[in-house]
Amino acid sequence: MPSLQDVKSKIVGVKKTAQITKAMNMVASSKLRGAQAKMESFRPYTSKFNEAMSNLSGGSNNGAFPLMDVRPVKNVELVVVTSDRGLCGSFNSNILKMVEKKIREYEAEGKTVSLVCVGKKGNSFLRKTGKVRKAYTDIMSSFQMFHAREIAQDVAENFINQNTDLVEVVYGRFKSVAIQRPELQSMLPIKPIEGDEVAAPKSSGEYIYEPSTEEIMEVLQPLYLNVTIYHAMLEVGASEQAARMTAMDNATSACRDIISNLTLVYNKARQAAVTGELMDIVGGAEALKG
Amino acid sequence: MAQQIRLEVVTPSGAVVNEDVDIVNAPGYGGDFGVLANHAPFLSTIKVGILSYQQGKDRDNLMISGGFCEVSNNKITFLVESAEFGRQIDVDRAMKAKERAEQRLAKATQHDDTLNRTRAEAALQRALARMKASKLN
Repeated sequence: MPSLQDVKSKIVGVKKTAQITKAMNMVASSKLRGAQAKMESFRPYTSKFNEAMSNLSGGSNNGAFPLMDVRPVKNVELVVVTSDRGLCGSFNSNILKMVEKKIREYEAEGKTVSLVCVGKKGNSFLRKTGKVRKAYTDIMSSFQMFHAREIAQDVAENFINQNTDLVEVVYGRFKSVAIQRPELQSMLPIKPIEGDEVAAPKSSGEYIYEPSTEEIMEVLQPLYLNVTIYHAMLEVGASEQAARMTAMDNATSACRDIISNLTLVYNKARQAAVTGELMDIVGGAEALKG
Repeated sequence: MAQQIRLEVVTPSGAVVNEDVDIVNAPGYGGDFGVLANHAPFLSTIKVGILSYQQGKDRDNLMISGGFCEVSNNKITFLVESAEFGRQIDVDRAMKAKERAEQRLAKATQHDDTLNRTRAEAALQRALARMKASKLN
Protein backbone atom coordinates (compact mmCIF):
# COMPACT_ATOMS: atom_id res chain seq x y z
CA MET A 1 0.00 0.00 0.00
CA PRO A 2 1.59 3.32 -1.08
CA SER A 3 1.59 6.07 1.48
CA LEU A 4 -0.79 9.01 1.17
CA GLN A 5 2.06 11.42 0.53
CA ASP A 6 3.45 9.29 -2.33
CA VAL A 7 0.13 9.09 -4.13
CA LYS A 8 -0.50 12.77 -3.68
CA SER A 9 2.83 13.81 -5.18
CA LYS A 10 2.29 11.43 -8.06
CA ILE A 11 -1.09 13.00 -8.82
CA VAL A 12 0.47 16.46 -8.79
CA GLY A 13 3.18 15.26 -11.18
CA VAL A 14 0.74 13.73 -13.64
CA LYS A 15 -1.38 16.87 -13.54
CA LYS A 16 1.63 18.93 -14.52
CA THR A 17 2.40 16.58 -17.39
CA ALA A 18 -1.18 16.90 -18.55
CA GLN A 19 -0.82 20.66 -18.51
CA ILE A 20 2.25 20.46 -20.73
CA THR A 21 0.71 18.05 -23.23
CA LYS A 22 -2.40 20.19 -23.38
CA ALA A 23 -0.30 23.25 -24.12
CA MET A 24 1.68 21.37 -26.78
CA ASN A 25 -1.56 20.27 -28.37
CA MET A 26 -2.72 23.86 -28.62
CA VAL A 27 0.60 25.07 -29.98
CA ALA A 28 0.58 22.30 -32.58
CA SER A 29 -2.95 23.12 -33.67
CA SER A 30 -2.12 26.78 -34.22
CA LYS A 31 1.07 25.84 -36.07
CA LEU A 32 -0.91 23.40 -38.17
CA ARG A 33 -3.11 26.27 -39.31
CA GLY A 34 -0.01 28.13 -40.46
CA ALA A 35 1.44 25.10 -42.21
CA GLN A 36 -1.84 24.40 -43.96
CA ALA A 37 -2.09 27.99 -45.14
CA LYS A 38 1.44 27.74 -46.52
CA MET A 39 0.49 24.57 -48.37
CA GLU A 40 -2.70 26.15 -49.64
CA SER A 41 -0.87 29.18 -51.04
CA PHE A 42 1.63 26.99 -52.84
CA ARG A 43 -1.09 25.07 -54.66
CA PRO A 44 -1.78 27.63 -57.45
CA TYR A 45 1.92 27.70 -58.21
CA THR A 46 2.20 23.92 -58.61
CA SER A 47 -0.94 23.60 -60.68
CA LYS A 48 0.16 26.35 -63.08
CA PHE A 49 3.63 24.91 -63.15
CA ASN A 50 2.47 21.42 -64.05
CA GLU A 51 0.19 22.86 -66.72
CA ALA A 52 3.08 24.65 -68.38
CA MET A 53 5.35 21.63 -68.03
CA SER A 54 2.87 19.37 -69.75
CA ASN A 55 2.20 21.92 -72.49
CA LEU A 56 5.90 21.99 -73.14
CA SER A 57 6.92 18.39 -73.00
CA GLY A 58 4.43 17.49 -75.71
CA GLY A 59 6.49 18.80 -78.58
CA SER A 60 10.05 18.42 -77.44
CA ASN A 61 12.62 15.73 -77.82
CA ASN A 62 12.91 14.26 -74.34
CA GLY A 63 15.99 12.14 -74.65
CA ALA A 64 18.31 15.10 -74.96
CA PHE A 65 18.06 16.36 -71.39
CA PRO A 66 20.52 15.14 -68.77
CA LEU A 67 17.81 15.21 -66.10
CA MET A 68 15.61 12.89 -68.16
CA ASP A 69 18.33 10.42 -68.92
CA VAL A 70 17.05 6.90 -68.22
CA ARG A 71 19.95 4.58 -67.38
CA PRO A 72 20.13 1.03 -66.09
CA VAL A 73 19.76 1.48 -62.36
CA LYS A 74 22.76 0.67 -60.20
CA ASN A 75 22.73 3.43 -57.63
CA VAL A 76 19.56 4.62 -55.98
CA GLU A 77 19.24 7.71 -53.88
CA LEU A 78 16.41 8.29 -51.43
CA VAL A 79 15.63 11.79 -50.24
CA VAL A 80 14.07 11.31 -46.83
CA VAL A 81 12.02 14.19 -45.51
CA THR A 82 11.15 13.99 -41.80
CA SER A 83 10.48 16.48 -39.05
CA ASP A 84 13.19 18.07 -36.90
CA ARG A 85 11.41 17.37 -33.65
CA GLY A 86 9.91 14.33 -32.03
CA LEU A 87 6.86 13.95 -29.78
CA CYS A 88 4.59 13.49 -32.75
CA GLY A 89 3.56 9.89 -32.35
CA SER A 90 4.64 7.38 -34.95
CA PHE A 91 4.85 9.95 -37.76
CA ASN A 92 8.61 9.84 -38.27
CA SER A 93 9.01 6.17 -37.51
CA ASN A 94 6.44 5.32 -40.18
CA ILE A 95 8.47 7.22 -42.76
CA LEU A 96 11.69 5.61 -41.59
CA LYS A 97 10.15 2.15 -41.66
CA MET A 98 9.27 2.70 -45.28
CA VAL A 99 12.81 3.86 -45.99
CA GLU A 100 14.27 0.76 -44.36
CA LYS A 101 11.97 -1.45 -46.35
CA LYS A 102 12.97 0.29 -49.57
CA ILE A 103 16.66 -0.03 -48.75
CA ARG A 104 16.24 -3.77 -48.17
CA GLU A 105 14.34 -4.15 -51.44
CA TYR A 106 16.90 -2.29 -53.50
CA GLU A 107 19.81 -4.07 -51.90
CA ALA A 108 18.20 -7.41 -52.55
CA GLU A 109 18.21 -6.41 -56.21
CA GLY A 110 21.93 -5.70 -55.97
CA LYS A 111 21.65 -1.91 -56.08
CA THR A 112 23.50 0.42 -53.81
CA VAL A 113 21.51 2.98 -51.87
CA SER A 114 22.54 6.40 -50.67
CA LEU A 115 20.45 8.74 -48.58
CA VAL A 116 19.86 12.46 -48.33
CA CYS A 117 18.17 13.37 -45.07
CA VAL A 118 16.05 16.46 -44.68
CA GLY A 119 15.05 16.94 -41.06
CA LYS A 120 16.87 15.96 -37.92
CA LYS A 121 14.86 12.88 -36.98
CA GLY A 122 15.61 11.04 -40.18
CA ASN A 123 19.28 11.82 -39.95
CA SER A 124 19.73 10.71 -36.36
CA PHE A 125 18.02 7.43 -37.11
CA LEU A 126 19.61 6.66 -40.48
CA ARG A 127 23.09 7.88 -39.63
CA LYS A 128 24.07 4.50 -38.23
CA THR A 129 23.42 2.81 -41.57
CA GLY A 130 26.39 4.75 -42.93
CA LYS A 131 24.53 5.51 -46.16
CA VAL A 132 23.73 9.16 -45.49
CA ARG A 133 25.42 11.23 -48.16
CA LYS A 134 24.14 14.55 -47.01
CA ALA A 135 21.92 15.83 -44.23
CA TYR A 136 19.98 19.05 -43.92
CA THR A 137 18.81 19.53 -40.35
CA ASP A 138 17.13 22.29 -38.37
CA ILE A 139 15.47 23.82 -41.38
CA MET A 140 11.98 22.39 -41.05
CA SER A 141 10.71 25.00 -38.61
CA SER A 142 10.93 27.88 -41.09
CA PHE A 143 11.97 26.79 -44.54
CA GLN A 144 11.81 28.77 -47.74
CA MET A 145 12.00 28.00 -51.42
CA PHE A 146 15.74 28.55 -51.44
CA HIS A 147 16.30 25.72 -48.97
CA ALA A 148 14.51 23.42 -51.38
CA ARG A 149 16.57 24.80 -54.24
CA GLU A 150 19.82 24.04 -52.46
CA ILE A 151 18.79 20.44 -51.88
CA ALA A 152 17.46 20.00 -55.41
CA GLN A 153 20.62 21.39 -56.96
CA ASP A 154 22.79 19.03 -55.00
CA VAL A 155 20.68 16.00 -55.87
CA ALA A 156 20.54 17.00 -59.54
CA GLU A 157 24.29 17.47 -59.75
CA ASN A 158 24.84 14.04 -58.30
CA PHE A 159 22.48 12.60 -60.88
CA ILE A 160 24.09 14.40 -63.80
CA ASN A 161 27.51 13.19 -62.67
CA GLN A 162 26.08 9.68 -62.92
CA ASN A 163 26.64 8.91 -59.24
CA THR A 164 22.97 8.03 -58.99
CA ASP A 165 20.65 6.60 -61.62
CA LEU A 166 17.36 6.90 -59.77
CA VAL A 167 16.20 9.36 -57.14
CA GLU A 168 13.08 9.01 -55.05
CA VAL A 169 11.59 11.16 -52.32
CA VAL A 170 10.06 9.64 -49.20
CA TYR A 171 7.92 11.96 -47.10
CA GLY A 172 4.84 12.05 -44.91
CA ARG A 173 1.82 13.01 -46.91
CA PHE A 174 -0.85 15.09 -45.27
CA LYS A 175 -4.15 13.38 -46.05
CA SER A 176 -6.17 14.97 -43.28
CA VAL A 177 -5.69 16.13 -39.72
CA ALA A 178 -6.25 12.54 -38.61
CA ILE A 179 -4.32 10.71 -41.33
CA GLN A 180 -0.73 11.13 -42.45
CA ARG A 181 0.90 8.47 -44.57
CA PRO A 182 4.45 7.90 -45.69
CA GLU A 183 4.65 8.16 -49.44
CA LEU A 184 7.22 7.59 -52.13
CA GLN A 185 7.52 9.82 -55.14
CA SER A 186 9.97 9.40 -57.96
CA MET A 187 11.99 12.47 -58.76
CA LEU A 188 14.82 11.67 -61.18
CA PRO A 189 15.02 10.90 -64.03
CA ILE A 190 12.14 13.23 -64.81
CA LYS A 191 9.43 11.30 -66.56
CA PRO A 192 7.95 12.85 -69.67
CA ILE A 193 4.31 13.70 -69.02
CA GLU A 194 2.10 11.62 -71.26
CA GLY A 195 0.09 13.41 -73.91
CA ASP A 196 -3.31 12.13 -72.82
CA GLU A 197 -2.85 13.41 -69.28
CA VAL A 198 -2.85 16.93 -70.64
CA ALA A 199 -6.07 18.78 -71.31
CA ALA A 200 -6.44 18.12 -75.00
CA PRO A 201 -7.82 21.39 -76.45
CA LYS A 202 -4.65 23.29 -75.61
CA SER A 203 -2.43 22.00 -78.31
CA SER A 204 1.16 22.93 -77.63
CA GLY A 205 2.10 23.38 -81.24
CA GLU A 206 0.91 26.95 -81.61
CA TYR A 207 3.01 28.40 -78.83
CA ILE A 208 5.74 30.87 -79.50
CA TYR A 209 8.72 29.92 -77.40
CA GLU A 210 11.40 32.30 -76.33
CA PRO A 211 14.12 31.02 -76.28
CA SER A 212 13.68 27.55 -77.80
CA THR A 213 11.68 24.78 -76.11
CA GLU A 214 14.91 23.00 -75.27
CA GLU A 215 16.32 26.00 -73.47
CA ILE A 216 13.09 26.62 -71.62
CA MET A 217 13.06 22.98 -70.55
CA GLU A 218 16.55 23.38 -69.22
CA VAL A 219 15.29 26.16 -66.97
CA LEU A 220 12.06 24.44 -66.02
CA GLN A 221 13.46 21.05 -65.11
CA PRO A 222 15.58 22.22 -62.17
CA LEU A 223 12.58 24.29 -61.09
CA TYR A 224 10.49 21.15 -61.23
CA LEU A 225 12.88 19.49 -58.78
CA ASN A 226 12.66 22.50 -56.47
CA VAL A 227 8.91 22.28 -56.58
CA THR A 228 8.99 18.54 -55.81
CA ILE A 229 11.23 19.00 -52.77
CA TYR A 230 9.43 22.09 -51.53
CA HIS A 231 6.13 20.30 -51.84
CA ALA A 232 7.41 17.33 -49.81
CA MET A 233 8.69 19.71 -47.14
CA LEU A 234 5.35 21.49 -46.95
CA GLU A 235 3.51 18.20 -46.60
CA VAL A 236 5.83 17.05 -43.84
CA GLY A 237 5.50 20.41 -42.09
CA ALA A 238 1.73 20.12 -41.94
CA SER A 239 1.73 16.37 -41.19
CA GLU A 240 4.14 16.82 -38.30
CA GLN A 241 1.89 19.33 -36.56
CA ALA A 242 -1.21 17.24 -37.19
CA ALA A 243 0.52 14.12 -35.86
CA ARG A 244 1.71 16.02 -32.81
CA MET A 245 -1.79 17.31 -32.17
CA THR A 246 -3.18 13.77 -32.16
CA ALA A 247 -0.32 12.42 -30.05
CA MET A 248 -0.66 15.17 -27.48
CA ASP A 249 -4.41 14.76 -27.36
CA ASN A 250 -3.94 11.06 -26.60
CA ALA A 251 -1.32 11.89 -23.99
CA THR A 252 -3.65 14.35 -22.28
CA SER A 253 -6.50 11.86 -22.09
CA ALA A 254 -4.09 9.19 -20.83
CA CYS A 255 -3.05 11.62 -18.11
CA ARG A 256 -6.69 12.11 -17.14
CA ASP A 257 -7.17 8.35 -16.83
CA ILE A 258 -4.12 8.02 -14.63
CA ILE A 259 -5.24 10.90 -12.45
CA SER A 260 -8.69 9.40 -11.88
CA ASN A 261 -7.15 6.02 -11.03
CA LEU A 262 -4.66 7.59 -8.66
CA THR A 263 -7.36 9.67 -7.01
CA LEU A 264 -9.27 6.48 -6.34
CA VAL A 265 -6.20 4.93 -4.74
CA TYR A 266 -5.62 8.10 -2.75
CA ASN A 267 -9.17 8.21 -1.42
CA LYS A 268 -9.09 4.54 -0.49
CA ALA A 269 -5.83 5.01 1.39
CA ARG A 270 -7.17 8.08 3.15
CA GLN A 271 -10.33 6.27 4.18
CA ALA A 272 -8.32 3.30 5.40
CA ALA A 273 -6.19 5.65 7.50
CA VAL A 274 -9.28 7.36 9.00
CA THR A 275 -10.89 4.02 9.77
CA GLY A 276 -7.67 2.80 11.36
CA GLU A 277 -7.48 5.85 13.59
CA LEU A 278 -11.13 5.53 14.63
CA MET A 279 -10.59 1.88 15.50
CA ASP A 280 -7.67 2.91 17.66
CA ILE A 281 -9.70 5.51 19.53
CA VAL A 282 -12.69 3.23 19.98
CA GLY A 283 -10.40 0.43 21.06
CA GLY A 284 -8.73 2.72 23.63
CA ALA A 285 -12.07 3.92 25.02
CA GLU A 286 -13.30 0.38 25.33
CA ALA A 287 -10.17 -0.54 27.20
CA LEU A 288 -10.60 2.36 29.68
CA LYS A 289 -14.21 1.35 30.36
CA GLY A 290 -13.02 -2.13 31.13
CA MET B 1 -12.86 50.80 -73.76
CA ALA B 2 -9.89 48.95 -75.04
CA GLN B 3 -9.71 45.23 -74.60
CA GLN B 4 -7.95 43.95 -71.55
CA ILE B 5 -5.84 40.95 -70.68
CA ARG B 6 -5.93 39.04 -67.42
CA LEU B 7 -2.67 39.23 -65.50
CA GLU B 8 -1.73 36.66 -62.91
CA VAL B 9 1.47 36.69 -60.88
CA VAL B 10 1.97 33.54 -58.82
CA THR B 11 4.80 32.87 -56.36
CA PRO B 12 5.37 29.86 -54.09
CA SER B 13 3.82 31.83 -51.24
CA GLY B 14 0.63 32.65 -53.09
CA ALA B 15 -0.88 34.73 -55.87
CA VAL B 16 0.29 38.35 -55.84
CA VAL B 17 -1.70 39.90 -58.69
CA ASN B 18 -4.88 38.73 -60.36
CA GLU B 19 -6.60 41.43 -62.39
CA ASP B 20 -7.50 42.68 -65.86
CA VAL B 21 -5.02 45.13 -67.30
CA ASP B 22 -4.38 47.03 -70.53
CA ILE B 23 -0.72 46.26 -71.07
CA VAL B 24 2.04 44.24 -69.41
CA ASN B 25 5.77 44.85 -69.77
CA ALA B 26 8.20 42.22 -68.57
CA PRO B 27 11.90 41.32 -68.69
CA GLY B 28 12.01 38.29 -70.97
CA TYR B 29 14.89 36.10 -71.95
CA GLY B 30 15.73 38.09 -75.05
CA GLY B 31 14.96 41.53 -73.62
CA ASP B 32 11.87 43.33 -72.42
CA PHE B 33 8.61 42.58 -74.11
CA GLY B 34 5.10 43.99 -73.95
CA VAL B 35 1.85 42.04 -74.10
CA LEU B 36 -1.54 43.43 -75.07
CA ALA B 37 -4.94 41.78 -75.16
CA ASN B 38 -5.37 38.77 -77.46
CA HIS B 39 -1.68 38.06 -77.74
CA ALA B 40 -0.72 34.81 -79.46
CA PRO B 41 0.16 31.86 -77.17
CA PHE B 42 3.63 32.52 -75.90
CA LEU B 43 6.03 31.04 -73.39
CA SER B 44 9.22 32.67 -72.20
CA THR B 45 11.68 32.52 -69.35
CA ILE B 46 11.88 35.60 -67.15
CA LYS B 47 14.93 37.35 -65.82
CA VAL B 48 15.25 39.31 -62.62
CA GLY B 49 13.79 42.75 -63.25
CA ILE B 50 10.75 44.95 -63.34
CA LEU B 51 7.30 43.83 -64.36
CA SER B 52 5.06 46.81 -65.02
CA TYR B 53 1.44 46.91 -66.01
CA GLN B 54 -1.06 49.59 -66.79
CA GLN B 55 -4.75 49.75 -66.13
CA GLY B 56 -6.36 52.92 -67.42
CA LYS B 57 -4.16 55.61 -65.94
CA ASP B 58 -2.88 53.51 -63.07
CA ARG B 59 0.55 52.04 -63.44
CA ASP B 60 2.10 49.50 -61.09
CA ASN B 61 5.59 48.11 -60.84
CA LEU B 62 6.68 44.80 -59.43
CA MET B 63 10.15 43.54 -58.79
CA ILE B 64 10.23 39.91 -59.89
CA SER B 65 12.97 37.34 -59.72
CA GLY B 66 13.50 34.54 -62.19
CA GLY B 67 10.86 32.18 -63.47
CA PHE B 68 8.77 31.98 -66.59
CA CYS B 69 5.58 33.34 -68.08
CA GLU B 70 2.87 31.92 -70.25
CA VAL B 71 0.36 33.69 -72.46
CA SER B 72 -2.72 31.81 -73.60
CA ASN B 73 -6.45 32.47 -73.97
CA ASN B 74 -6.02 36.19 -73.33
CA LYS B 75 -4.38 35.47 -70.01
CA ILE B 76 -0.79 36.09 -68.98
CA THR B 77 0.58 34.08 -66.09
CA PHE B 78 3.90 34.73 -64.40
CA LEU B 79 5.40 31.98 -62.28
CA VAL B 80 8.25 33.56 -60.38
CA GLU B 81 10.15 32.85 -57.23
CA SER B 82 9.31 36.19 -55.67
CA ALA B 83 7.40 39.33 -56.52
CA GLU B 84 7.25 42.59 -54.61
CA PHE B 85 5.38 45.80 -55.33
CA GLY B 86 7.65 48.76 -55.86
CA ARG B 87 5.82 50.75 -53.21
CA GLN B 88 6.44 48.06 -50.61
CA ILE B 89 10.17 47.86 -51.10
CA ASP B 90 12.45 49.08 -48.36
CA VAL B 91 14.94 51.25 -50.25
CA ASP B 92 17.51 51.41 -47.47
CA ARG B 93 17.55 47.66 -47.19
CA ALA B 94 17.93 47.26 -50.94
CA MET B 95 20.75 49.81 -50.89
CA LYS B 96 22.58 47.92 -48.16
CA ALA B 97 22.02 44.64 -49.96
CA LYS B 98 23.49 46.20 -53.09
CA GLU B 99 26.61 47.29 -51.22
CA ARG B 100 27.03 43.88 -49.64
CA ALA B 101 26.60 42.18 -52.98
CA GLU B 102 29.18 44.47 -54.57
CA GLN B 103 31.70 43.67 -51.86
CA ARG B 104 31.08 39.98 -52.20
CA LEU B 105 31.39 40.22 -55.94
CA ALA B 106 34.72 42.01 -55.68
CA LYS B 107 36.00 39.43 -53.23
CA ALA B 108 34.86 36.51 -55.34
CA THR B 109 36.40 37.99 -58.47
CA GLN B 110 39.68 38.41 -56.65
CA HIS B 111 39.74 34.80 -55.50
CA ASP B 112 38.46 33.53 -58.81
CA ASP B 113 35.58 31.81 -57.02
CA THR B 114 33.01 31.11 -59.74
CA LEU B 115 30.23 29.79 -57.52
CA ASN B 116 30.27 32.70 -55.10
CA ARG B 117 30.64 35.06 -57.99
CA THR B 118 27.47 33.92 -59.71
CA ARG B 119 25.67 34.07 -56.39
CA ALA B 120 26.87 37.59 -55.70
CA GLU B 121 25.95 38.65 -59.21
CA ALA B 122 22.42 37.30 -58.76
CA ALA B 123 22.10 39.11 -55.42
CA LEU B 124 23.35 42.33 -56.99
CA GLN B 125 20.83 42.06 -59.80
CA ARG B 126 18.01 41.53 -57.36
CA ALA B 127 19.07 44.53 -55.28
CA LEU B 128 19.34 46.74 -58.36
CA ALA B 129 15.93 45.63 -59.60
CA ARG B 130 14.44 46.37 -56.20
CA MET B 131 15.89 49.86 -56.17
CA LYS B 132 14.69 50.51 -59.68
CA ALA B 133 11.18 49.27 -58.88
CA SER B 134 10.92 51.49 -55.82
CA LYS B 135 12.08 54.56 -57.79
CA LEU B 136 9.50 54.02 -60.49
CA ASN B 137 6.64 54.57 -58.09
